[in-house]
Amino acid sequence: MLRRFFKQETIKRQVLGTSYVVPDSSRCIQCGICSFNCPIDIDVRRHAWVGEPVKDSRCLTCGECIARCPRAVLRFQQTSLFDAQQAAKEE
Amino acid sequence: MRHYVIIGAGVAALSAAQAIRQQDNLAEILMVSDDPFGYYSRPGLAYYLNGEVTEEYLFPFSEKEIQQLNFFRIQDRVTQILPDKRRVLLSSGGGLGYDALLLATGAAAAIPPVQGIELQGVVKLDNLYDARQILSLSRKARRAVVVGGGITALELVEGLCAQGVETHFFLRGDHYWSSVLDEIESRLVETRLIEEGVQIHTHTELSEALGKHGSLEAVRTTRGELIQADILAVAIGIQPRKELADGCGLKTDRGILVNERMQTSCEEIFAAGDVAQVYDPASGKWILDSLWGPAREQGRHAGMNMAGLPALYTKPPAFNVTRLSGLAATIIGAVGRGRSEDEVDIAHGESQAWRDNPDAIVARAEYHVNHLRVIIGKDTLLGAVVMGDQTLSHPLQYLILNHVDITPIRDELIAPGDRLGAILQNFWLNLATTHAA
Repeated sequence: MLRRFFKQETIKRQVLGTSYVVPDSSRCIQCGICSFNCPIDIDVRRHAWVGEPVKDSRCLTCGECIARCPRAVLRFQQTSLFDAQQAAKEE
Repeated sequence: MRHYVIIGAGVAALSAAQAIRQQDNLAEILMVSDDPFGYYSRPGLAYYLNGEVTEEYLFPFSEKEIQQLNFFRIQDRVTQILPDKRRVLLSSGGGLGYDALLLATGAAAAIPPVQGIELQGVVKLDNLYDARQILSLSRKARRAVVVGGGITALELVEGLCAQGVETHFFLRGDHYWSSVLDEIESRLVETRLIEEGVQIHTHTELSEALGKHGSLEAVRTTRGELIQADILAVAIGIQPRKELADGCGLKTDRGILVNERMQTSCEEIFAAGDVAQVYDPASGKWILDSLWGPAREQGRHAGMNMAGLPALYTKPPAFNVTRLSGLAATIIGAVGRGRSEDEVDIAHGESQAWRDNPDAIVARAEYHVNHLRVIIGKDTLLGAVVMGDQTLSHPLQYLILNHVDITPIRDELIAPGDRLGAILQNFWLNLATTHAA
């Protein structure tokens, strides 16, 4: 029981730790709800305007912006930062 | 030094200015608009109305960042274009010369031709001024009537409802947004509205607005029914603001006709955004969109061409994600059902292309509030409506926009049963793994 709980927690932490918030600019209408709801005031909207992942070291990956976006612009996407094999492939 | 004049302050105008600045560091860029607020997110007004975002967050760029783009903003109204002299005249007197001119004047709400429409309390939702007015009216208002179909009408209903105003929604036909949604999808939206306390009046048309001392007091329907109301919000469609183009003899239809370089019938005048009716080589028609994403792209292409860098705009299949009474909804490609009774033309956030009723097969699946409708062509998918769960929204966007061959799963898709979602999801995962390999 306890083990399962920790396993779930580990997976969750892994996903949060190795994912970025990634925008799909073609869906964004710059309404600002994401920036408005960010607990640490990252301008998520600007990332969506330029089409870049939120690679801000302060990002908590709390998912608040993803949940609030009315147009499904934002997603978590796993990055290759901790996966050497994948990173090598991309290079 | 080249001189550029941009009329308008929306996203098409801004992205054109950005594109020009990227090509030409020395150019003088003048942006003329009668909107005192400059550039802000116009689709975001809906979320300002329902309280999801505050007014300051509607402005994506600070005044300082706008200044860094190095263009001048002039708050004025252009009264006339003189193509021979390459000059525009301003309402304050005087004029501006240009080497290239962009018309990004957007579109304004169509006003129904009924008596009493000029009364105070009759509102539309085009700009920040309108949104502010609705919010200030709804502080005192007890009852509102919304007339129209489409996304804007629904946004008005939701906004007024969120402000605690008893809201009545008039529909001419028997269901909401009949030009794009089918009956099941409309019912899904309507049921949720009714749960929120909205009163929907089907087969109901506005006949006149009645008031006292210049303020709205009630509306009358064509059946003679009288409903007391302090607010009447209209969203029966939009009209591209093409008067300037008409006045100087540019070729226009419902909007200003432009070629793939966003060029009008006059070589140095360009148009982009809601006002532009863009040539689509695929269908051989000129299409009018009122979509934010395409407006940004059109502005960018216009800007590049104005600065002398040839760029051809290809119209992508119409695509929008929005929220219909709290349900996320993606609408892609041709899903339409012809004309709607509630709108005289397309409304904000819509594309004319959605209404095309293709010769194709429709497959659908429903799971409580989640609804999926796919329009299946000969060997590709032509359109889709995804409501509720958005897992398939991105895959379908890709499959339709890239005309992916779906022959391997076509028979499965058409076969009865509600495995539609699973079949598409599997197909998508297979496609993704083969691509990655």
